[in-house]
Amino acid sequence: MFDIGLAHYLTVAAILFTLGIFGIFLNRKNVIIILMSVELILLAVNINLVSFSVFLEDLTGQIFAMLVLTVAAAEAAIGLAIIVVYFRNRGTIAVEKINLMKG
Amino acid sequence: MIAAIAFYCFSAVAVGSAIMVISARNPVHSVLFLILTFFNAAGLFILIGAEFIAMILIVVYVGAVAVLFLFVVMMLDIGFAQMREGFLQYLPVGGLIGIILAVELILVGGSWSLSSKIQQIRSSPTPSLEKMTNTHAIGNVLYTEYIYLFQGAGLTLLVAMVGAIVLTLRTRRGVKKQKIAKQIARRPEDSVKLHNVQTGSGV
Repeated sequence: MFDIGLAHYLTVAAILFTLGIFGIFLNRKNVIIILMSVELILLAVNINLVSFSVFLEDLTGQIFAMLVLTVAAAEAAIGLAIIVVYFRNRGTIAVEKINLMKG
Repeated sequence: MIAAIAFYCFSAVAVGSAIMVISARNPVHSVLFLILTFFNAAGLFILIGAEFIAMILIVVYVGAVAVLFLFVVMMLDIGFAQMREGFLQYLPVGGLIGIILAVELILVGGSWSLSSKIQQIRSSPTPSLEKMTNTHAIGNVLYTEYIYLFQGAGLTLLVAMVGAIVLTLRTRRGVKKQKIAKQIARRPEDSVKLHNVQTGSGV
């Protein structure tokens, strides 16, 4: 119980990942909360990478976590830009109304 | 003992605020709880000994991404109340899938074992803490072995920046702006005219 090992960190990451997935299901209408849930999922992935990296004493995992962080930042910037443009054009960001791209 | 207490505190607050992120009524509160989650994850990273990633997490996620979210949430004027319709409708199926996923992930994470050849297959072993710090070690690896990945990450950020600017840039009508090229191209002979005014007759 008081001996914190790799399994503890993996459990926390698994719970955070599940909460991210759950958030996507729960907030089907609000695309901003969906983006935040994606950030939670990426955070869980980072916790996994860093804890494996530390417990296996291999630095590659931490490098990979930094790359995941970069991609997460880029994804948030582009996603929010798309939301802003969509809101400017349509006046709403409700997900079920975003069906213009259906052929 | 202290490390265990710190671990349980950090992870409990992280999980609790993650629950609040997906269930808060006000999206501004969601963003603030997201920031709390990131801080506690950074605490977990410091606890495990990856302090550079922890600092990067705070600088990038809290300083840039979460603030960007906050800007957008506050800028868009949306009735967030009607967005929560269907919240209870998706709760059972979402909860079922979430519980199944969590049980699977925890089972996988809790029951695995290291290969006996782990010492040989490490690609960049961590040097001991007496020799160099975590940041120093990451720098040694990042700028030599992974230099192409590092530059690729920079390129990703550049493309994201250009994309965000291109998406949100718009030219408004009826806005008076300074046109510097026109100002500089203007010559005195175009705009100044000298008149030799006769006394008593006016211009």
